[in-house]
Amino acid sequence: MSSIKILKAGFFTTVQDLGRQGYQRFGMPVAGVMDNFSYRVANFLVGNNESEAVLEATFLGPELEFSGEMVIAVTGANMKPKLNGKAIPMWESVKVNKGDKLALGGIFNGIRSYIAFSGELDIELVNNSKSTYAKSGIGGFKGRKLLDNDELNIKVSNNLFPGKYLDAKFIPEFKKKNTIRVILGPQDDYFTEEGINSFLNINGYKITKEADRMGYRLEGEIIKHKEKADIISDGALFGSVQVPANGSPIILMADRQTAGGYTKIATVISSDLPKVSQMGSDNEIVFESISLEEAHKIYREYEKKLLEIKEQISNAQRVQETPAVPATPVEKVNYISVGPLRKMNVVVNGISYAVDLQEVK
Amino acid sequence: MYDKIKYLPAGDKAVVMEFGNEISKNINAKIRNLVKAADEAKIVGIEEILPTYRSVQIMYDPLKIEYSELIRNLELLSSKTVEGQKEKIKIIEIPTLYGKEFGPDINFVAEHNKLTTDDVIKIHTGTDYLVYMLGFTPGFSYLGGMSESIATPRLASPRTKIPAGSVGIAGSQTGMYPSETPGGWQLIGRTPVKLYDPKKEPPVLLSAGDYVRYVSITEEEYNEISKQVQEDKYRVNVIISEGGELRE
Repeated sequence: MSSIKILKAGFFTTVQDLGRQGYQRFGMPVAGVMDNFSYRVANFLVGNNESEAVLEATFLGPELEFSGEMVIAVTGANMKPKLNGKAIPMWESVKVNKGDKLALGGIFNGIRSYIAFSGELDIELVNNSKSTYAKSGIGGFKGRKLLDNDELNIKVSNNLFPGKYLDAKFIPEFKKKNTIRVILGPQDDYFTEEGINSFLNINGYKITKEADRMGYRLEGEIIKHKEKADIISDGALFGSVQVPANGSPIILMADRQTAGGYTKIATVISSDLPKVSQMGSDNEIVFESISLEEAHKIYREYEKKLLEIKEQISNAQRVQETPAVPATPVEKVNYISVGPLRKMNVVVNGISYAVDLQEVK
Repeated sequence: MYDKIKYLPAGDKAVVMEFGNEISKNINAKIRNLVKAADEAKIVGIEEILPTYRSVQIMYDPLKIEYSELIRNLELLSSKTVEGQKEKIKIIEIPTLYGKEFGPDINFVAEHNKLTTDDVIKIHTGTDYLVYMLGFTPGFSYLGGMSESIATPRLASPRTKIPAGSVGIAGSQTGMYPSETPGGWQLIGRTPVKLYDPKKEPPVLLSAGDYVRYVSITEEEYNEISKQVQEDKYRVNVIISEGGELRE
């Protein structure tokens, strides 16, 4: 068992996976990662099962120290990750060794970074999930966000695959203004036509400071109800857009409660939730209503793209230049050196080769 | 209750089956029957089923089941179950210590309703409460059937910390806090029973469709049960009845 020491926890760093599926009928919120896309890609990159737990860092990332060798990948928001002070690429698997320190900083775009580690985090399953639901102190590491000096144990995989990368064409752009597609309902009939038009107005809504893993409060044109804003409490989803009596919409996110008593004007389609999850206060959302058929088509394309990505990553192999290690020189052949002799470590399909490299004539 | 169940899409991965627009035992019984049938049918593509007061939220994977096929399946299930098989009633006794520091608002509830605290206890323990649904926080059950004679408004200013097991009144509702949370309910007592335990499967003591019967206990009994709960030896008393036992 290796460990990951949390030297600095960052702003809000939690252990998350796909969340608690199947327990909502007991009142158990799902929790789980906010940005499903970045999360799944992170696990692909380190060769994990795609539902393995990762660290989700918000706004300001953590600083970690590794007790042994493993492979890591950082995806999602760009927090300029550095390994032992040297910049490392995002969306790429990187080998780390005993004593190495990974540091993430503040955000450059997006707001949530994901750090995946090759192997299984030693976190007790609560209702089949390692996700942290901090509000009730359930799951994750001691039911809470990580703090300085916490230490996570990890069972590192036997096979390490550094140098796996996500093709640039797949790397998402996190914009500050997005059109977010929704399906109207289930309570769109509680709103006037004018109310629905307000909701879909082209100026959109601004995300307020009250935006966290539980929900995003938005401000903009007031949405008018026909009469009531309250309903008999029913199910709430990741992406439900509820509108209380004040007419300002709230998008419910990963840590939402299982049920709610406000009218829900629309639901964000699942493949646009990663975009919303990477937006923060003052960012702008314009809602676009689409049909269920279109939404299902988009969903199938989204899942197809992830399959394609999985394939692309498994075939990807970047040749890494890592600090030289002593290598046995090859037998001298007849050539004239024109450049300096460079000792390199080349990793191909997870196996390291020591190579002497020199330009010759 | 609607003549026909409404199917309301809730995003690309869920559909809400709405049975009516009121809180009623009848609707709730139909919902329970449907959930039971849907659980047993194990329809490929249905990932989770969430029953609430008057609707059932079906979460599905559109890669595994076409929407039209899902609806066909659900219609078939509901047509088979809507008549409602007569279920046996399950009454779960919740031992509760009323008053003192365990129920600091019981005097207020009594005064507000011009009753003695003994009356409040008698009325509160005299009715069996239907668990309509679970939600809000893990293991929180929405109970129906409290007598209006002990209805009391919420606290003007919520408490920041309410101990797990607290039994309270909010308007015409009664309920229990399964875990320590802030809250504005008038607290009349506390149960030593664990309503929510993440290490158990299922993690909750009560399910939708159960009835709750509060039983007044002494401080000695409270301490004894607490001890047994801690040692994981305590089992609540459950009455299975055809309906004759029910206090309404």
